[in-house]
Amino acid sequence: MATLTQPQSAEQLAAVCKTIRRHIINMVGAAKSGHPGGSLSAVELLVSLYFGGQLKHDPKNPEWKDRDRFILSKGHACPVLYAVMAEAGYCPVDKLNTLRQLGSIYQGHPDRRFLPSLEASTGSLGQGLSVALGMGFAARLDKSPSRAYVVLGDGEIQEGQIWEAAMFGAYHKLDNVCAIVDYNKIQLDGWVKDIMGLEPLGDKWRAFGWHVVEFDGHDLAKVDAAFNEARNTKGKPTCLLAHTVKGKGVSFMENNPKWHGVAPNADEIAAALKELA
Amino acid sequence: MTQTKFELKMGGATRAAFGKALVELGRENSNVVVCDADLSKSTNTAGFAKEFPERFFSCGIAEANMVAIGAGLASAGKVAFVSSFSCFVLNKGFEQLRVTAAYPQVPIKVVGTHSGISIGEDGPSQMSIEDIALACSLPGFAVIDPADEVSMKSLVKSAAALPGSVFIRAGRANAPVIYGAEHTFEIGKAIGLTAGNDLTIIAHGLLVAEALRTSMALGAEGVGVRVIDMHTIKPLDEAAIAKAARETGAILVAEEHLVDGGLGVRVAQSVTKSHPCLMDYVGIQNTYAESGSPEAVLDKYGLVARDVTAAARRLLARKRG
Ligand SMILES: Cc1ncc(C[n+]2csc(CCOP(=O)(O)OP(=O)(O)O)c2C)c(N)n1
Repeated sequence: MATLTQPQSAEQLAAVCKTIRRHIINMVGAAKSGHPGGSLSAVELLVSLYFGGQLKHDPKNPEWKDRDRFILSKGHACPVLYAVMAEAGYCPVDKLNTLRQLGSIYQGHPDRRFLPSLEASTGSLGQGLSVALGMGFAARLDKSPSRAYVVLGDGEIQEGQIWEAAMFGAYHKLDNVCAIVDYNKIQLDGWVKDIMGLEPLGDKWRAFGWHVVEFDGHDLAKVDAAFNEARNTKGKPTCLLAHTVKGKGVSFMENNPKWHGVAPNADEIAAALKELA
Repeated sequence: MTQTKFELKMGGATRAAFGKALVELGRENSNVVVCDADLSKSTNTAGFAKEFPERFFSCGIAEANMVAIGAGLASAGKVAFVSSFSCFVLNKGFEQLRVTAAYPQVPIKVVGTHSGISIGEDGPSQMSIEDIALACSLPGFAVIDPADEVSMKSLVKSAAALPGSVFIRAGRANAPVIYGAEHTFEIGKAIGLTAGNDLTIIAHGLLVAEALRTSMALGAEGVGVRVIDMHTIKPLDEAAIAKAARETGAILVAEEHLVDGGLGVRVAQSVTKSHPCLMDYVGIQNTYAESGSPEAVLDKYGLVARDVTAAARRLLARKRG
């Protein structure tokens, strides 16, 4: 597959999403461990960034100073990031199935020592937004047009550091930072509402001084519009509340907490790939 | 009572034994409460949560808050267990452990599972290689790393009864069986597993079994290796260490932890006060590990019997001069 970093047609983007989902199933299946649910819920968000023209980046020049930064703060969902980066041309597609093996560039959580084009090593939840804000501040100091995007889990934002960062971002009017909450309503032990509910979540971010956009995180047109709105919002950072479905695209994984951190077996892989054909 | 042969049949994970002990504690004492941070299925506090939902607090993914809530529960007289992966509860909760538990002398029971690098595939962000160093730096804390299910279950029970604070380290991987069901354990009392006067290996957790393999291998060559299970890293059994230093003249410490700040340094500190002797260390060297199967990761980072045996041979050579 040729690298796809130029804006794509809606049909092409939808096809890329399917490809990414197949990679996720194959990777986690091959590894026999990993996190399919939260990878599948974030597919449209990352595809819109990397292939829909939202993220200014150049796989041939990953150290380009004015590139936009992307951080997957919910690092356990790295299969979606690896698949997207591989299809974009940062790293080999044919090595995706080495996920989680000793020495693989595709480590169990994003690890810059193994894959230097990653913007951050994540996996301990709660820290990515702060790092993105630091990057946003650096861009402001350097008068760079670079923006920072960070995908957060809904469970992840139970971490206090997220709200320390939220205060910081609004106080400093870091409008070049965009937080995206993959609001799939499920965390590790079960449903977010049964563990520590977040609602009213939009009001929380607004009270902290952020511009908030809520939308269906699987509708590529809406995702695209939300990123445009974030870019055009000045004087405050934007938080995108992307309503998503954990396990999206594989019927038996959808909305089922079981698939947070369990790999599909051979039969399940086959069934999933059939749905994603 | 020492033995020469250990079958080292694969048993369950120490985290599973922790979960079982918690349920029994819950039945025995209605004052026992448990906090977890969205990992109850992994830490095995889920069993307690199911049987005693009103005494279980699911704190969300917010470890620092969880630790201080546990300290509040303990201050109010509860026997409060707080649990998460070892790296998260200790690293994210460290300031709270210091200021809401250790400093005001509030007795909290901290159980960190998925310790060391034997979690394998998840990689360094979820591995805990500095937890012993951190926990030992909390004044008044007992620090315990049991080697198998039987010792874990017993020591969790003892920890609950202890008036002070405790950090217990548990593993994700299945651990070889070392003790019979009837074996007894005492916090702060090391266990001599094999007899021998040529060399001592002191280990904790998963490395106890590896030390036993080394002892059996070298035993077959006529070398007497004394293996000590130092399940309690703090307070240290200094009498057992001094005796081993005196009687064997060489001590190898093996642990699934950074060599910096682990049991090795503590043993070295102890022998300098009692009976300085030759020493060496098997542990993780100034690096983070990586993803891989638990076996592959332990092998690459030098924590299998082969590495313990090689280090033992080097130490024996130094001893012979
Ligand atoms: C600080 C920290 N605590 C706990 C974990 C273990 N953990 C990994 S994923 C996860 C649940 C994450 O839920 P969410 O953020 O909603 O992600 P998603 O559902 O999108 O996968 C937990 C508790 C972690 N990685 N980091």
